[in-house]
Amino acid sequence: MNFAVLQFPASNCDQDALHAVKGVLGQSARFVWHKENSLAGFDAVIIPGGFSYGDYLRTGAIARYSPIMQAVRDFAAQGGPVLGICNGFQILCEAGMLPGALVRNRSLQFRCEHVFLKTAAPDTPFTGKIAAGKILRIPIAHGEGCYFADEAALENLQNNGQILWQYCDAQGELTERANPNGSLRNIAGVCNAARNVAGLMPHPERASEAILGSADGLLIFQSLLAWFENRMAKAA
Amino acid sequence: MSDPQITPELVEKHNLTKDEYAKILSILGREPTYTELGVFSVMWSEHCSYKNTRPLLKTLPTKSPRILVGAGEENAGIVDIGGGLAIAFKIESHNHPSAVEPFQGAATGVGGIIRDIFTMGARPVCSVDSLRFGPIGPEEAGPGPANNRRLFAGVVSGIAHYGNCFGIPTIAGEVYFDKSYEGNPLVNAFCLGVLRHEQIARGAAKGAGNPVFYVGPPTGRDGLAGAAFASRDLTEESSGQQRGAVQVGDPFMEKLVCEACLELLATDAVAGIQDMGAAGLTCSTCETAARAGTGIEIELALVPQRVPGMTPYEIMLSESQERMLIIVRAGREAEVKRIFDKWDLPSARIGQVTDTGRMIVKHNGRVVADIPAKKLADEAPVYHREAREPSYLQAVRAFSVLPPAGDPVQELRRLLAWPTIASKNWVYRQYDHMVRDGSALCPGSDAAVIRIKADSLPETGDAAVGEKYLALSVDCNGTYVYLDPYEGAKIAVAEAARNLACSGATPLGATDNLNFANPHNPELFWQLQESVRGLADACRALDAPITGGNCSLYNQSPNGPIDPTPTVALVGLIEKPEHITTQWFKDEGDAIILLGEPMDLADPLRGMGGSAWLQCLHGLKTGTPPRCDLEGERRLHTTLRGLIYCGLIRSAHDCSEGGLAVALAESCISRQIARDTPRLIGAQVDLTFALAKDTRIDALLFGESQGRIVISVAPADVVKVVERSKIMGVSAVRIGTVGGVELAVKLGAVEAKWPVSDLHDLWWNAIARAMSA
Repeated sequence: MNFAVLQFPASNCDQDALHAVKGVLGQSARFVWHKENSLAGFDAVIIPGGFSYGDYLRTGAIARYSPIMQAVRDFAAQGGPVLGICNGFQILCEAGMLPGALVRNRSLQFRCEHVFLKTAAPDTPFTGKIAAGKILRIPIAHGEGCYFADEAALENLQNNGQILWQYCDAQGELTERANPNGSLRNIAGVCNAARNVAGLMPHPERASEAILGSADGLLIFQSLLAWFENRMAKAA
Repeated sequence: MSDPQITPELVEKHNLTKDEYAKILSILGREPTYTELGVFSVMWSEHCSYKNTRPLLKTLPTKSPRILVGAGEENAGIVDIGGGLAIAFKIESHNHPSAVEPFQGAATGVGGIIRDIFTMGARPVCSVDSLRFGPIGPEEAGPGPANNRRLFAGVVSGIAHYGNCFGIPTIAGEVYFDKSYEGNPLVNAFCLGVLRHEQIARGAAKGAGNPVFYVGPPTGRDGLAGAAFASRDLTEESSGQQRGAVQVGDPFMEKLVCEACLELLATDAVAGIQDMGAAGLTCSTCETAARAGTGIEIELALVPQRVPGMTPYEIMLSESQERMLIIVRAGREAEVKRIFDKWDLPSARIGQVTDTGRMIVKHNGRVVADIPAKKLADEAPVYHREAREPSYLQAVRAFSVLPPAGDPVQELRRLLAWPTIASKNWVYRQYDHMVRDGSALCPGSDAAVIRIKADSLPETGDAAVGEKYLALSVDCNGTYVYLDPYEGAKIAVAEAARNLACSGATPLGATDNLNFANPHNPELFWQLQESVRGLADACRALDAPITGGNCSLYNQSPNGPIDPTPTVALVGLIEKPEHITTQWFKDEGDAIILLGEPMDLADPLRGMGGSAWLQCLHGLKTGTPPRCDLEGERRLHTTLRGLIYCGLIRSAHDCSEGGLAVALAESCISRQIARDTPRLIGAQVDLTFALAKDTRIDALLFGESQGRIVISVAPADVVKVVERSKIMGVSAVRIGTVGGVELAVKLGAVEAKWPVSDLHDLWWNAIARAMSA
């Protein structure tokens, strides 16, 4: 499987994402500079975390205009999987490719800590390998991670099974205390209606090896790989 | 606009003495221009020239077979870590700017040290911060604590802002709160980078005829003469008058400049590179020329400028951030342009290297400065200041009667909630401490550990790199140093080394940040002199040569001088991932062993002099502090590492502030699984064996005798561990067992008990509570 890892000015989790899919998962991957305009030959796109354009104006607000984003839209329109992590999630929301918005954490402070995540929808390219009931332990690191959408949109997300991950406690309960940023309905990650574009605030690439204290995040990349292999097998 | 006339008043305003001015006249053979006066003033400030400290710094040990670039040679020292890899690291202060404008002051402190590291050709991979403020409460009322909280919150968010955006994990640090730092907080920022031996870049303007490039954002009027500002006492007026001397940072720019420079360095088009830090364009031009023994000529009209009408004086002294000076090999100019265009960064050719030995600065063709570069950079005046033992030490040494004993149960609870001892999670949860996928041991244990892997190197290629693990710790108990500068400085090094040993690491080298007050005061200079002597002895004994560092003098506000604070950051190597050791107890039934003598019986105060117990519970900062036996420390660290290599150690935590009781409590409560999810475990301890006839229970619990480590081991390994330690000449006694929901300590007839959940709440939430007061 061939991954594209996008690089915007001041992406800073680009190397981490590449390390997870290439170094740990053993797939092929390469960086794609934001001024490029083609994603030909790639099987999946990762928009990594960081501070694209220094978060000027608003997180993700300038990156959405980079040339590569048109290629990302086309890639997604053809059913290609796109995963936005942290700033990548913010960019996808700004680009209108995912519903909702990420606003300032309720604490008004940056937060870096491990959180627990419950996977709410198993039937996506990003969640297929996560066992039912498995609680993921993955770190967050963001100042603007509070997920916001209006009530109708939230209902819609819930009914369509587009909420992929929610902040929970060690027992899997969606409590207020387990919510690190004030996200509505404890939402940590969502996908689009077609289920091939997803974004999440936590960093699965930072939880992909035992030496980093957790390998739970690898399940998300392994899900993508399994989905891809399945699709290849069907096509063959 | 014509330049002001050079008058004695103007010379004095530039912080230059009569003798220094006379030296300038003799170097130039004429009266300086206004621009030249400014240039000499910043280059000969303490911040740039170390004119008051150079004779002392020469006494520090700076050699080891591992050192590839030594202290003072370049922007940072470089140490070999094996396998063709090396690390560049340094610590630097940003105290004065942070006192005036905490957010930007701290942010640009982080930015400055990151630039020092990538200037060496290394990829910055982690940062560490050592911070000190006045008390933040909650007990204290009034404007003092409120302002201290403002400074503390501002500094932490400034560090977070810069480091998080740049994408560097802020992985370790320390925070102390003490009255002496009120009005003069300390902000010491450390950065470490990784490179291959052959990638070391030099700050030398080599090759006459080579073009000199300016890269990075345009020059503005911010940070005018910040180096000179940092070389004076802070006054009542500082905040109003000197805000213009504080720079404004843009971490986004820094990230782009760093990536562009590393990309450019990989092309071999660069003959020399230096960041524009303190003293900006002035320092970078004259130092690069001086190092190479060449000259340099620049035209200021070619320098990208943020505002129109800047004078040569302003352009030369501006400390606008994120700028670099690059000497390019002639004929390779197009590569510079291609790479900097890719990153949308300004770059401009502003001059060339010459063979005249002179630094010539022109403005629209007119020469505004013409100075022999070497004399400016290397021949700053050197002062041997007068030193006299401070009179306050008589009272310190006379202190011999401890206050009466109190209730140990309440005393431990108060110590754990004392902000200097309490968990610093309120701080590090605001820092991205995991970016770069290398944080093998996050903040919250004795030392942090990062993993070095292929993408830790400047290039992001595919070459295989054997993974390595580095441990980092920064330490200094300023109270000890105030009460005994020599012993206190030794303890700073010993504690950092002990923290490394507890994590399984062997020291590679050290970087020091000497934060002191006005060197013209003989009593304060004596503190500096004795501290350096202590650092030198300890670094020598513990095999941690100094690879570079920083001096910050004049740290005093109208409230008085700060406690002398020679901060020491140690970097150590861990060969195998299975040797990484954490401080928290692991499993029910594990045996707890105390390594090192339970108490220093030769110390009449039994480790209570200068202790947290005296300060927090009795408001006393006095008494001779604990003594540091360097041979004993060395033996202890070597023994512990040996046990770790044999796989015998489940946890290791050193005893520092708050003594054995705090170390035991932290071993029970410091493991954090996730947000709001600590992993607590109790312990049953019996210290009766250590109670001699004349010892007080509280001295055993809270005394801060040095050279002690609490370890836990599997029950089956107790005999092995105790025997091996004894063979090595280290005392080892089983003192208890891990398990339960309480920490229970038995001392003869007395038994003290604490529910671990209560201790955790006090310790974990203390700073958040103080900050929301």
